[in-house]
Amino acid sequence: MTEILIAVGVLGALGLVFGLVLAIASKVFYVETDPRLDQLNECLPGANCGGCGYPGCGGYADAVLKGEAAIGLCASGGDECAQRMAQIMGVKAEKVARKVALVRCSGYKGVDENGKATGAKQKGEYEGIKDCLAATKVAGRGPLICKFGCLGFGNCVAQCKYDALSIVDGIAKVDQEKCVGCMSCAAACPRNLIVPVEYGKHVVIACASTAKGSVTIRGCSAGCIGCGLCKKICPNGAITIDQNLATIDYSKCSGCGLCANVCPKHLITVNKAYSPEA
Amino acid sequence: MSSELQTLLGILLSALLTENFILVKFYGICPFMGVSKKIGTAIGMGAAVTFVMGVACAATWAVDNFLLIPLDLQYMQTLAFILVIASIVQVVEMFLKKSVPSLYQALGIYLPLITTNCAVLGAALVNAQAGEGFRAGFLPSVLFGVAGGLGFTLAIVLFASVRIKVDKSNCPECFKGFPIALIAAGLIALAFMGFSGLKVF
Repeated sequence: MTEILIAVGVLGALGLVFGLVLAIASKVFYVETDPRLDQLNECLPGANCGGCGYPGCGGYADAVLKGEAAIGLCASGGDECAQRMAQIMGVKAEKVARKVALVRCSGYKGVDENGKATGAKQKGEYEGIKDCLAATKVAGRGPLICKFGCLGFGNCVAQCKYDALSIVDGIAKVDQEKCVGCMSCAAACPRNLIVPVEYGKHVVIACASTAKGSVTIRGCSAGCIGCGLCKKICPNGAITIDQNLATIDYSKCSGCGLCANVCPKHLITVNKAYSPEA
Repeated sequence: MSSELQTLLGILLSALLTENFILVKFYGICPFMGVSKKIGTAIGMGAAVTFVMGVACAATWAVDNFLLIPLDLQYMQTLAFILVIASIVQVVEMFLKKSVPSLYQALGIYLPLITTNCAVLGAALVNAQAGEGFRAGFLPSVLFGVAGGLGFTLAIVLFASVRIKVDKSNCPECFKGFPIALIAAGLIALAFMGFSGLKVF
């Protein structure tokens, strides 16, 4: 009986001592933190995507508190997050436009009504490591003829924390509803195909080929050849052709969609069902 | 060479290689599988484990020798050690946060994970059961903990680099992810079995 009592007593005493030590330590080693830091952390989405350029949400909150970072850098949190952060810091925030990622490639592999293969053409069969970066390192820069085409091994998909990217018919595609615009996928793309665009814009140039038209045509049925039809039809003069590739100036674009209708390669849209009236 | 130094060197080598905590004794498999996707996090976890193991071995040695053995309570070692390790980790975490914020930033997220890591408890218990003599002294106990942590670091960093390669290679769909990682771990463990023939002294 005494044996049990000793055991219980020793363990109880041990627990009590450590409990006291912990209690004292929590007082002695108490670190004073600004209560605003916790509030800022609460506003942020906590996904640690790194889109703001700081290591995680905590890092960004810290930088905002110190006044080193601007409010509204968090693309994932969007406007609501920026407003709440501004309220905590006692300043006014500018409106943050929601941005989403765009994969600038339309070479979805398919078959047209005549049974002819469409989309980006293969140079040959690639049997190497299933990784975009690795594929661009082999002689001949990977399996595609087009040097600007999406390789479709999904380095960007692996990066996305929001499950917004998927490989559709061999090309990475962004789900605009899920995408929060953190752009961590852009860093993973060895061909720099992913750029931010404003959410809801259906008129986008989904091709990055700056090669000559004849070269582009050889590699893909859906590549921009710089024909300039979109530039001609645009009533606002928002489209320019630079290095055989159309670019849209969104400060001038009204989103009328005429360019999307006239493009012979059907690459000026991410949403094929888009109509200007809707 | 003096026999004490020989013993210390022997402890270092055996904890690092021949009796590697993960690959030979199979302690602490959960962080080994969980935190080995990137080399950076693997190094962080390894450093934290090494640190905690050293501190825990020192603390448990004191508790064992000044409290449990005099009172003839060795059968409570496991229970008492869990208590000691958990409290030590908590205090160390608070201390680091206050005094060495840079180290806290580096180890911070891993420290609470280690509180109940079986490798740490394992090191303390192996020490306690080492028996009489120099092997059970304070210095060898702490060295065993630190060397065991270094062995853990070695194993987890090796495994992380293997996993990065494995993730990128072609493997059958049903083996993707954890199954192939477990097979890879088994192969590395098999390779480490080769060290068991190693006799330095």
